[in-house]
Amino acid sequence: MLSLDMFWNRVIPALNEGLFFSLSLIIPSAVIGFLGGVCIGALRVYAPPAVRRIADFHVGVIRGVPLLLQLYFLYYALPKWGVRFSPYQAALLGFILCSSAYHSEYIRGALLSIRQGQVKAAYALGFSTLQMALCIVIPQAVRRALPGCGNEIIYLIKYSSLAYVLTFIELTGHAKELTARSFHYIEIYFTAGMYYLAMTSLAAWLLGLLEKKTRIPGFGAQK
Amino acid sequence: MNEATQQTPVLEARNIGKSLGGRPILSDLSLSVYKGEMKVLIGPSGAGKSTFLQCLNHLITPDTGELLLNGERISPANKGELRSLRERVGMIFQDFNLFDHLTAQENVSIALVKVKKMSRRDASLRAMMELERVGLSRRAGLYPAELSGGQKQRVAIARALAMDPEVILLDEPTSALDPELVGEVLAAIRELARGGMTMIMATHQMDFARALATEILFMEKGAIIERGAPASLLAPGAKTRTQAFFARLVAEESAC
Ligand SMILES: Nc1ncnc2c1ncn2[C@@H]1O[C@H](COP(=O)(O)OP(=O)(O)OP(=O)(O)O)[C@@H](O)[C@H]1O
Ligand SMILES: [Mg+2]
Repeated sequence: MLSLDMFWNRVIPALNEGLFFSLSLIIPSAVIGFLGGVCIGALRVYAPPAVRRIADFHVGVIRGVPLLLQLYFLYYALPKWGVRFSPYQAALLGFILCSSAYHSEYIRGALLSIRQGQVKAAYALGFSTLQMALCIVIPQAVRRALPGCGNEIIYLIKYSSLAYVLTFIELTGHAKELTARSFHYIEIYFTAGMYYLAMTSLAAWLLGLLEKKTRIPGFGAQK
Repeated sequence: MNEATQQTPVLEARNIGKSLGGRPILSDLSLSVYKGEMKVLIGPSGAGKSTFLQCLNHLITPDTGELLLNGERISPANKGELRSLRERVGMIFQDFNLFDHLTAQENVSIALVKVKKMSRRDASLRAMMELERVGLSRRAGLYPAELSGGQKQRVAIARALAMDPEVILLDEPTSALDPELVGEVLAAIRELARGGMTMIMATHQMDFARALATEILFMEKGAIIERGAPASLLAPGAKTRTQAFFARLVAEESAC
């Protein structure tokens, strides 16, 4: 058995440090990934056909290739072409690319679901295309996409553990190192699991709150 | 009012033509509407009424023909000119097309802020005034989903009026409404007509057309095939297409 003393003085501080590194990946990936997803999603609906096809292709590749392979590619393959990233940069970039591709799917669907009549009404009032998009379509689409995008963020929290394979030692990495020294697999992995569960639960709670705050009568996910 | 403005139509469409999906939808339509007039478009479903109305504010770009607003030709290639055309020509849709994420008041004020560059405060006040005019000031804070069809259409009317349009296009504004809600919307439009608003309206409301139209235009297969004052087209015993069309509508309504 793992002694309580060791648990509090060795395991928890190490996992807390890992948590800090995990968050340093998750938070920027979530924010930039979401904003990137909004941009890509908008391009996939509104851009001229050529741009649209490029964006579709980009998303197709990101969604169609295992994330692990993408991370390996960014970190181990790109240096052969002279592009060098630190483990942190490679993981962050990989997560942003992946996350934004998935967000763009939800945003695209939501944009397409906005009734065309509202677009016509906006134009009929003299809106420019940009004003129409910013004031009418995007505020509605973001609300519609919120549940899907929320899910993506929960996934991101979990797949952030893949950064470990690029030698970026985050929460999972710290847990692994602890077990390599002490062999208390059950206790340490269980505790690390609780850390992830806490993060995902907190995220789910915050997202639920956000959905409630932005809810508009007769709009979005009706139950 | 001087002679010149008296003679210049507020909105003039010359020889408008449009094909969609390789099929001619509108052919050679012309229309001039003068200040305070109400033109009524009628005709069977698929005649091209909606398409024509949307050509008049370039929501649909006509293939041929030209538009003049107060005698000035609109060049469709100029985006700024198109936006100013749309700002000055109001439009009411069959299915309201309110912005679902905005309250009634915000629906009315948003274009004042974004297009007319009014301050938020002035825009809100103006919106309240317009909602008051259509009898909805007490519903200002409600979202479209919380309004009845008739109330939604009245908000849409307030939204168009707030822009101080020179002419309003109305595309069957009461067709999507339950029968008991038609009256309140027609009353609001009647009020506009009384105030001297210039309007072009597609409708199947015969009594309304008879009472308020300065001219009725009967459309079929993308062309105007009959036009005239209601007094002549709808005179008892007049053998006009318009008369026959309304007679059939009345017969259908009493049949079901
Ligand atoms: N985008 C489009 N592509 C091809 N055909 C179209 C398109 N939009 C409309 N049409 C056709 O144009 C014709 C005129 O349609 P429009 O909606 O203008 O008729 P309408 O007189 O308003 O009919 P309603 O009384 O049913 O509203 C119809 O035959 C319709 O099928
Ligand atoms: Mg129509």
